[in-house]
Amino acid sequence: MEYKQLGFYFDQTLCTGCKACSIACKDKHDLPVGVNWRRVPEYSGGSWLVDESTDTATNTVFTYYTSISCNHCEDPICATVCPTQAMHKGANGIVSVDPDICIGCRYCEMACPYGAPQFNPDKGVMTKCNFCADRIEVGGTPACVASCPSRALDFGEIEDLRARYGDQASIAPLPDASVTQPNLVVTPHAMAEPSGSRNGHIANLEDI
Amino acid sequence: MGVPTAITDVATTPVTRRRFMQWSAVAGGTTGVMGLGACGLQPQDEKTPEAVGDKSVWSACNVNCGSRCPLQLVVAGGQIVRVDPDNRGSNEIGDQQVRACVRGRSIRQRIYSPERLKKPLKRVGARGEGKWAEIEWDEAFTLIADKLTDLIAEHGNESIYLNYGTGVIGATVAKSWPPRATAVSRLMNCIGGYLDHYNDYSAGNIEAACDFHYGSYVTSNSNDDTRNAKLVVMFGNNPHETRMSGGGEVFVTQQAKKQSGHKVIVIDPRQSETVMNLADEWVPIRPGTDLALVAGMAHVMIEEGLQDQEFLDTYCSGFDEDHMPEGAPANSSYASYILGLGEDGVEKTPEWAASITGLPASRIRSLAREIATTKPCAINAGWGIQRHSNGESQSRAPMLLSNMIGQVGIPGGGTGAREGSASLPMAGFPVLENPVRPVISYYQWPEAIVNGKGWTYKDGVRDLKDLNSNANVTNDVTLNSNIKFIWNYGSNALVNQHGDINKTIKLLSDESLVEMIVVIDTTMSVSARYADIVLPDASTAEQVDLSNQGSAGNMGYAIFTEKAIEPLYESMPVYEQLTGIAEKLGVKDKFTEGRTQDDWVRWLLEESRKNVPDLPAYDEFREMGVFRKKLDPVIALKDFRDDPVANPLGTPSGKIEIWSSNLHKMSLDWNYDDDQWIDPLPIYRRTRELHGDPLQAKYPIQVIGHHFKQRTHSSYGNSPWLKEAHPQRVWINTLDADKRGIKEGDLTRVYNDFGELRLPAYVTNRILPGVSSVPQGAWYTPEKPGGVDVGGSVNTLTSHQTTAYAKGNGQHSALVQIERA
Repeated sequence: MEYKQLGFYFDQTLCTGCKACSIACKDKHDLPVGVNWRRVPEYSGGSWLVDESTDTATNTVFTYYTSISCNHCEDPICATVCPTQAMHKGANGIVSVDPDICIGCRYCEMACPYGAPQFNPDKGVMTKCNFCADRIEVGGTPACVASCPSRALDFGEIEDLRARYGDQASIAPLPDASVTQPNLVVTPHAMAEPSGSRNGHIANLEDI
Repeated sequence: MGVPTAITDVATTPVTRRRFMQWSAVAGGTTGVMGLGACGLQPQDEKTPEAVGDKSVWSACNVNCGSRCPLQLVVAGGQIVRVDPDNRGSNEIGDQQVRACVRGRSIRQRIYSPERLKKPLKRVGARGEGKWAEIEWDEAFTLIADKLTDLIAEHGNESIYLNYGTGVIGATVAKSWPPRATAVSRLMNCIGGYLDHYNDYSAGNIEAACDFHYGSYVTSNSNDDTRNAKLVVMFGNNPHETRMSGGGEVFVTQQAKKQSGHKVIVIDPRQSETVMNLADEWVPIRPGTDLALVAGMAHVMIEEGLQDQEFLDTYCSGFDEDHMPEGAPANSSYASYILGLGEDGVEKTPEWAASITGLPASRIRSLAREIATTKPCAINAGWGIQRHSNGESQSRAPMLLSNMIGQVGIPGGGTGAREGSASLPMAGFPVLENPVRPVISYYQWPEAIVNGKGWTYKDGVRDLKDLNSNANVTNDVTLNSNIKFIWNYGSNALVNQHGDINKTIKLLSDESLVEMIVVIDTTMSVSARYADIVLPDASTAEQVDLSNQGSAGNMGYAIFTEKAIEPLYESMPVYEQLTGIAEKLGVKDKFTEGRTQDDWVRWLLEESRKNVPDLPAYDEFREMGVFRKKLDPVIALKDFRDDPVANPLGTPSGKIEIWSSNLHKMSLDWNYDDDQWIDPLPIYRRTRELHGDPLQAKYPIQVIGHHFKQRTHSSYGNSPWLKEAHPQRVWINTLDADKRGIKEGDLTRVYNDFGELRLPAYVTNRILPGVSSVPQGAWYTPEKPGGVDVGGSVNTLTSHQTTAYAKGNGQHSALVQIERA
């Protein structure tokens, strides 16, 4: 099947942070530990106030998750910095890496603000979300989208997604959408903070 | 025979911290991921995943989360190369697609684990020492049959104990739970029976207490029915981590809220994923203090006249002095307790409750008013709140609250118990009759190894003829033997999931007490380390069976689980194993009735079709995989609500017993510890290891063991993918961490008099100050025997003590100190 420009939709209000999407991706693509084409950062902020006179406590704590893979950006900075042109934008607007050309210099990994390109040390090259291109070709659904227990993920032509869900993608801890113009639409969690906010932090740096 | 590819566990390899999603990364952040090996699963040609020769067969994830997920296993060359989710059904409640959670999606790592058992093993060193000899199946059958015969001759059938185990649940033939409905039970019933247990680690305190409150075990309404509620109040209920299936309660609660716009309040010491994801408001209180919160709210309701007095007068007994049963002492009603007219003379004001729960009195007042005036109001509870040293009464707190506002038995309401769900009446595997009458609680077996002989009802022994708590206030059965033999099938409750691991392993290491332990499992689990004989089980993917549904609102469903691959190595389906033992015992024909496992599956399906006529026959069902049927929502106790005279409850009064006359009798007669109470009313007691315990001078932090996304209890606990996705860490509040100089990721010592863990810290504000959590189910991994547990099993820190009358587990009542390692 052919699409103009593919994109992902993510409903942050439904995400439980379970990472079924991430593991479905690993299962589909046989990814080792340490290589995560889809990641789920936990963003948390707020604080506690303890009243010692009554032995009670109150809080302003908030938390939400963001399931994120590659956003197959309009302006893919990974491709811009790639010295070999291994990283490129191809059919259906999918950004992919040609393993035969990639030299594993990892510039793309450093450049991408979404952490999408993932170095595979066994192969010595970069790897990344290819939108399950094999499934897209036959009119199928990417593994992550089909897996989500909460139905928080969707995909399609970005124009359709924006018509249906709006055009928000600048939600912390993601960078402002103006940086790379991601083909991503997010319905924000009720407590979501805008990109650049310093009111929270990524709480699971170890496991993303 | 399939030869699995090894999967290297590299989850423990140090990984350089990624500067994820920070624009500054471009300016020089180090983002290396070092030293990683391949996942070891077969590589696929990404362009042709559905290569010629692949087939897809239906299977299921049969672990004990309360959900049940179908899986499509893609098989090529005799190996499972991929897992696909359910792709049928819809996004409508009652017909939903049952999408597996993160755990089921990683099942290849469970099936092809390098820790899979390959051959029967016989212990050759001391018990627990880890020295084994591989033996042939025939020798294993003979050893077990001979020992059973000898022990039964010497000590009787009640010396043979079948332990609780939920590692294989949901299936019909090859299932480990409920133990009395398994093939092991059937085998034992062919030779005179065995010592059974009542209730379970999940819900043992509510199962006992609910009998006294409502006459029998009841659920609350099913979650699809919350579409009729204006307000949903969950006490420690966390379906978004515990019942994570995308066809189960995650899906149902999210959709019900979306459709109705009801408000959700979750009461939990931890900002769980359900709080984060579903709740409009989080009410954090200290573990084990739900009773005090309800008492504080009751004070507000009574003072302001907000309770549903008509409901209390008509349907309940014991709320106020005008509605007490004959023989009850004066001033022993709940209202008297609240107003300070009872024995303790203390008024249970919101201020009183605030100092116990940690929740400000003003919040207790506003919560009480909102709950009393927003109807319909669905009050339900998870089982964490009752896994405490005061667990029986704790479990009744949400029930009492629901009674006070009269929301039992109506659409949009609830009983205050765990959510119910509709289900198909599928046939069960027939297990014959067990003639052994004494039955002990699931949590008493370690004590019954040493002291069980001579126990009576006063010690919690029930009569198998009727296991309801009300039928066992007294009885005439006595336990006539200590436990000498343990069957442990699909169970990690022998060691990892029971309290006080160090005490348990000391007990099991004494070979003069239990003379034989047989473990049947797919994996060298923590419990299997303490076996005398280990029998390698075939996984669900390696045999044909029928899988029953999980909790999914009002949807009934069943799954046909096909044999996807041959049993790995020399593993064998449990039914064949037990057939081999039955043959040695001379009861093969009685055990099998001439049927193979496939014959049983066909027979069971036809039996089920008598109850569920539109359930397809064998071949069609095998192709279909998942049979779905929209059923009516569960409105618990509707009959009683509609006509309490015609449909009385099973309590002595036939009413909801807020003051239980049977508990009053037991308080005068039963054996229980000096620091325990049997209370007819659900009132707050500061029992062992709760906030305010003098032990806090030494161990100030309350630690709970929440159910964690990485595992279902201990199942999946060895998956490298899952350990990477959801690593085991100790949750510690930022304020507590700051006091101790602990920073995110620091290695910590978590310890008390029972033992010590070594775990990285997850420094977070998602938990109440003074409270920590060690996610339960991690595999106990001592540095040396009895030494520091670097695997981080919370049960290194928990107690064997049984609760006063349920004789259940209070594992969330634990006090520890935490410091930097």
